[in-house]
Amino acid sequence: MKRISIDPVTRIEGHLKIELSIEGGKIQSARSSGTLFRGLEATLSGRDPRDAGRITQRVCGVCPAAHAVASALALDDAFQIKKEIPKNGRLIRNLILGSNFIHSDLLHFYHLSSLDYLNPGDLAGLKSADPDLQDLETYLGTSDGAPFVPEYSGDYRLGGEVSVDIARDYLAALEIRKKAHQMVAIFGGKMPHNMGTVAGGVTKPPDIDSITKFRSRLEEIKEFVEQRYLPGVLEIADVYGDYFEIGQGVPDFLAYGGFYQDDFSKSHQKTEKGILGGALSLGSEEVEELQLEKITEKVTHSWYTEAGNGHPTKSKSQPDPDKEEAYSWVKAPRYYERPHEVGPAARMLINFRRGNELVRKELKVALNKTGLSVKQLPSVMGRHMARAVECLSIVKMMEEWINELRPGEPSLTQYELPKSGSGLGLTSAPRGALGHWLRVKDGRIENYQLVVPTTWNASPRDGKGTPGPIEEALIGTRVEEPDSPIEAARIVRSFDPCMACAVH
Amino acid sequence: MPETEVSPVIWIQGAGCTGCAISLMNSPYPKLKNLLLDELVPGKSIGLKFMATLMGGTGELALEVLERTRSKKGYILVVDGAVPVGAGGKFCTVGDEPFSDQVSRLAKDAAIVVNIGTCSSYGGIPAGRPNITDCISVGDHLNSQDISTPTLNVPGCPPEPSWFVDSLAQVIIYGVPHGKELDDAGRLKEVYGGLVHNNCPRRGDFSTGNFARSLGDSGCLVEVGCKGPYTNSECPNRGWLEGLNWPIRNNHPCIGCTEPGFPDLMTPFYEKFGMEEAEDMYRRLK
Repeated sequence: MKRISIDPVTRIEGHLKIELSIEGGKIQSARSSGTLFRGLEATLSGRDPRDAGRITQRVCGVCPAAHAVASALALDDAFQIKKEIPKNGRLIRNLILGSNFIHSDLLHFYHLSSLDYLNPGDLAGLKSADPDLQDLETYLGTSDGAPFVPEYSGDYRLGGEVSVDIARDYLAALEIRKKAHQMVAIFGGKMPHNMGTVAGGVTKPPDIDSITKFRSRLEEIKEFVEQRYLPGVLEIADVYGDYFEIGQGVPDFLAYGGFYQDDFSKSHQKTEKGILGGALSLGSEEVEELQLEKITEKVTHSWYTEAGNGHPTKSKSQPDPDKEEAYSWVKAPRYYERPHEVGPAARMLINFRRGNELVRKELKVALNKTGLSVKQLPSVMGRHMARAVECLSIVKMMEEWINELRPGEPSLTQYELPKSGSGLGLTSAPRGALGHWLRVKDGRIENYQLVVPTTWNASPRDGKGTPGPIEEALIGTRVEEPDSPIEAARIVRSFDPCMACAVH
Repeated sequence: MPETEVSPVIWIQGAGCTGCAISLMNSPYPKLKNLLLDELVPGKSIGLKFMATLMGGTGELALEVLERTRSKKGYILVVDGAVPVGAGGKFCTVGDEPFSDQVSRLAKDAAIVVNIGTCSSYGGIPAGRPNITDCISVGDHLNSQDISTPTLNVPGCPPEPSWFVDSLAQVIIYGVPHGKELDDAGRLKEVYGGLVHNNCPRRGDFSTGNFARSLGDSGCLVEVGCKGPYTNSECPNRGWLEGLNWPIRNNHPCIGCTEPGFPDLMTPFYEKFGMEEAEDMYRRLK
């Protein structure tokens, strides 16, 4: 039995350690460990509830807009104004969140993941017409190649032609994802950490100038997603087809809805348009409505006192850094006592089964091209493909929302701050199902709990010893060179872990 | 062609959110591609050797690069995130080493420590009360360890990319900034030398008494909690994302994210300071 530790797992957000036991060339057991704790739930306690919209965004610099939406929804709920958000306010929240998805998806595929498949050495001697790529080739030929090399050794199979496409788009995507951040800034003031999404709606009403600036960028992005990003994923998937059978993980999936258009009363389950929520087992065709009271967090193997166990409305996060049986700062969320995968693969699977027409159409095109079934989405390549298909679907939804904006009409509703109340904010975030639970007492936050996508995916074992989704996805995988466990790295990165989110 | 002088850069992350790295990726000119591959100023470039967010290497392979760069000394150490010193450093570890030890070890051999963001500059959000992990700024941590490597703060939550690029370029061209180039909070005066309020396009509203009474109203945002009168930042001059917008233009009050004491001194974000708090803030700002 060989034990290896991958720490730090780079090209993700934040601090993750993966420990593996390998025997007979296969991973026998795996531990996923979050190694940064900040205690932001405690920081929120005692503050003006409105400040949560700014502070919770600082949970994560990659997907802050999702936290802004979750906290705004929780505050709308606590302030009893969730049915009064103006249409402009809902649409602009969606446009800001959608822009955050685009940036995050492109970042994940090109800048965080592609080096798992692309060997910069394969670019040498290939004369490219692209001036940026020529600069990269010159740089690689005249320097130590940092920060792109050294990489793990392994089966880099792309070959020259595909490598050139992916490397060219690695550089191009740096600029395209910036345009997505510009779109956030148009309605959110700045990014990361926008200053637009607030309780009651958004601060800035739409005008002709913001609509045209936003729309023109969206069209440029759509072209890139349709012609480069999704085809690029399929190009890699074509060469690494075996990775549709690798890293499958747990058989249960969960999603909240997202991009709400209605009054949010039942919107964690159903929305008129946007992304639909629910729970699904891989063997089943039927998506179940979520029973939110069945979500609990376990801290048996996490560095917290027992107060951290239970439903998010009842638990407290008190650190216990010397706890013996613990190995992670991530808690273990469970739904009906079982681990669930969240994220684009879970969402696309659930939306496919629930009959979300736009998603079904885009997904079928990709599945036909690859000859795969929807059940293969929970896998290394499936997750990349699901993310790209979702990105294109969201871009197409955004095209409709931008047209529905009404300049001259309000984007924000006014309200009185209540002394007490409680609120729930659920949304789809780029990495999966995001929930904020809030309780207000004497005009101040009494308790704030976050259960974040990577909390689900990177969770440690629970009280019954059941591994979390990333841990489960690693077990049984063949590793050719234990000192260079690229197969494990590919599996972990396919989940797009965000550790600052997972622990917060 | 004359040889390009390469300044090696190590970027490490503690109690942070990666927002600073993501913000840097938004740099318009120079673009991130220019920063990585090209000269930053004539004859000089940076060599980004270690940065977990972008580097090819993983695990031990990445740590070997870090050690190799450290052993050659004289690099620029960029730190993103605060330093949690509670519980013997167990709140943040990298490669099983407490982040607090990693900062000390790497700072000793660095030419300068550049603190990107308010967390590493002053503690920031993770050091907000009750600060159960005992997060402190990099400067305070180095002082406590008697490490005298000079530091330069580039605060902001996150900083707009040009604030960092300009600070880095200053270091590469002229070396470690002199005392007179820095303000009391360890920032370059050239980049942080002006109150938001003094450069605000809504200053006219303030002067004529046109105040927003609730969020979403037009006019000066002081009554709805704007901390622009107490915040040094280039936001009103440079804007964000190539000047497309910035918080006050988006009808949102400034929350003072570039200042020491953010967030505690600046909260509640949507409440106006009383006279006492305002006077206290002006004493701090002198």
